[in-house]
Amino acid sequence: MSNPTRIRATVKDGYTEVRVLMSHVMENGQRKDAGGVVVPAHFITEVSVTHNERVVLAAQFGPSVSANPYLAFRFQGGASGDRIAVRWTDNGSDSRSDEARIG
Amino acid sequence: MKAGGGFGLLGLLVGAGLVSPQVARAAWDKAAFDSRGVEAVFAALGAGKPAPSTEIRINAPEIAENGAVVAVSVVSNLPQTEQIALLVDRNPYTLAAHFVIPPGTAPDIQTRIKMAESANVYALVKAGGRFHVARREVKVTLGGCGA
Repeated sequence: MSNPTRIRATVKDGYTEVRVLMSHVMENGQRKDAGGVVVPAHFITEVSVTHNERVVLAAQFGPSVSANPYLAFRFQGGASGDRIAVRWTDNGSDSRSDEARIG
Repeated sequence: MKAGGGFGLLGLLVGAGLVSPQVARAAWDKAAFDSRGVEAVFAALGAGKPAPSTEIRINAPEIAENGAVVAVSVVSNLPQTEQIALLVDRNPYTLAAHFVIPPGTAPDIQTRIKMAESANVYALVKAGGRFHVARREVKVTLGGCGA
């Protein structure tokens, strides 16, 4: 089971600034372990961020996104206490959904 | 329907709230992410030959000491920016990330990518139905793919 996504959202000048830190190895399938065996690719493929169930950012990732992917962006509107949810799914069978309130 | 066009349409539907993110999950654009080379990715995304634009700003370090974690941001000043894609021309997998920007979300994205070696980072932007591109060179001291 993966670790929770860290989400921070704050309102500033009419925008909600969102910062997201996902917990994932993001193996690109190029790396070899100590025994010289290629570590299979294992990475987040899709991410969505919703504000009160409305999608404010959708992303697709390839294996070139760094381990523990970081995202920062901002959207118009949003108020203190609103729900921000981050959902991701990877190329295996893992997925997560986490949420936070706008601070 | 071509794979690239299909993603674009689905992205718009997600943006408009017509398709739930759960449905969109089936849409990971394997063809684009498997494409090798900048031009192949442009083709897979349906971008053809995007027009160079000075209205796209890529912020990245001139010299990245650790290629495993290179902070990159893209800001588009093009009206009606709908999508932003990040490409690295000398990575084993060229396309790093593809973002769909719904109305109301600023075309201003920060993330962190891996870079195998010194390379050009491209930001491909779809705005008002047309594709534009900007490029920025990043020198990498320690590569981030085999490490």
